[in-house]
Amino acid sequence: MDRRFSLRDTLIKLLKFLLGSIRDLAPIIAVVLFFQLVVLQQPLPNVGQLLMGVVFVLLGLTFFIHGLEQGLFPIGESMAHAFARKGSAPWLLIFAFALGFGTTVAEPALIAVAAEAAKVAANGNLIEASQASQASYANGLRMSVALSVGIAILLGVLRILKGWPVQWFIIGGYIMVVIMTAFAPEEIIGIAYDSGGVTTSTITVPLVTALGVGLASSIKGRNPMIDGFGLIALASLTPMIFVMAYGMIVL
Amino acid sequence: MMFSEVINQIIDTTIATFRDVLPIAAILFGFQFAVIRKPLPNLGRVLIGFFWVLIGLSLFLIGLEWALFPLGRLMAQQLTDPVFLAGTADVAAVAQALDWSDYYWVYLFAFFVGFATTIAEPSLIAVAIKANEVSGGSIGIWGLRLSVALGVAVGISLGCYRIVVGDPIQYYIMAGYVIVVLQTLVAPKLIIPLAYDSGGVTTSTVTVPLVAALGLGLAETVPGRNPLIDGFGLIAFASLFPIMSVMAYAQITQKLNARESKTSAEDQ
Repeated sequence: MDRRFSLRDTLIKLLKFLLGSIRDLAPIIAVVLFFQLVVLQQPLPNVGQLLMGVVFVLLGLTFFIHGLEQGLFPIGESMAHAFARKGSAPWLLIFAFALGFGTTVAEPALIAVAAEAAKVAANGNLIEASQASQASYANGLRMSVALSVGIAILLGVLRILKGWPVQWFIIGGYIMVVIMTAFAPEEIIGIAYDSGGVTTSTITVPLVTALGVGLASSIKGRNPMIDGFGLIALASLTPMIFVMAYGMIVL
Repeated sequence: MMFSEVINQIIDTTIATFRDVLPIAAILFGFQFAVIRKPLPNLGRVLIGFFWVLIGLSLFLIGLEWALFPLGRLMAQQLTDPVFLAGTADVAAVAQALDWSDYYWVYLFAFFVGFATTIAEPSLIAVAIKANEVSGGSIGIWGLRLSVALGVAVGISLGCYRIVVGDPIQYYIMAGYVIVVLQTLVAPKLIIPLAYDSGGVTTSTVTVPLVAALGLGLAETVPGRNPLIDGFGLIAFASLFPIMSVMAYAQITQKLNARESKTSAEDQ
């Protein structure tokens, strides 16, 4: 293949993504400007830094989408196909758990939320206010969330293999959340509910989606629309249950 | 800002992003080589793709930290400031002067910020691209993104209202669950898993920090709220409402298509 040609192709593609990114970011810029200038009637601070930040966000989003289609989607799908061809369910399930656990345990948003939750607990005199007890509480919380995401992806993959409808899991999960809410300490409920949303990071989502869709499309009798999606949903439901359980056991 | 500072920050953020990606890459390549034991097709392209993701995410995070987050946090503080809301800094006077409806700028800000940040959320773009591809184009990228964004917008405004009036969060969430379950019974089957997924993808890099700042600011200003307890919960709203809005979107498009095919059948 002519190298220059492929370079030009990449550039054209990047330019297209860049235009897309500008369109994606336009609403935020409009909202921020409107509230700052019209509602609050404040000048914009550090205009130079703001502009540079906007340029970085634009370029970042553009490169990310490009890398998504080059790297994350293909590897997620090709691994799903390879596992399906290999036909080894145990290995696939171990992989699913490792992916869920491994991507969550290091998630910065989760580390921040866990530290915040430890502060809440110390403030409510539920745990000792010392640094050590807060750190161990935050660490336990992080581990229980990571464990719950690992189990969620494992269950979700098992569901794809078996072709079980996702709604039974979700509704079952909802019922568990409702029951746990009745027993969990008041202070943990808000954090538990929020922890469902923060676990799924920008890199995990495309990977897990590609994995699910790839699996569903390489197993006979599965529909990628019906069976392929749903992994993220499970991964954002189980942390709520596990965090409340953690609160009930530790507090 | 000094040039060297800029470079330092770029390096720091890239290293931090690399650290976040490393365990994921280790798991992927570990299983690929130890369990699947086949060379990855297009290994070079995939590695370059990872590199783009890394660079892209780092730049994205740095840009957010420079442009959006400081301003967004500042605005959340200013909009929830007693002086802006009631014209006085006296908390007791605020409690007397303000009804829940006096916070209308907060609800509007919550709505628009929820909407706008969701449109820019990279993981939602990823899922929308995939859903469009898998559905053979019948699920539009923009249809999905707009309905998710609308769901987040409504969810966050309602979450702000909840902080202002001080209702317990669980009643709202449970009512939401009931609606989701009822919608599941009537919504088109194909959309259900995707709708559930869109609850989880909405809240990551862009939305969470801004929304958290809004919740904490609001809980600090409204008399009788404890920021440590009431400041949380907005993200839960932002991940519940898109499920409803995406199913509603599918229900509406289905109805429209049915009517269209009916009229076109009648025409013939």
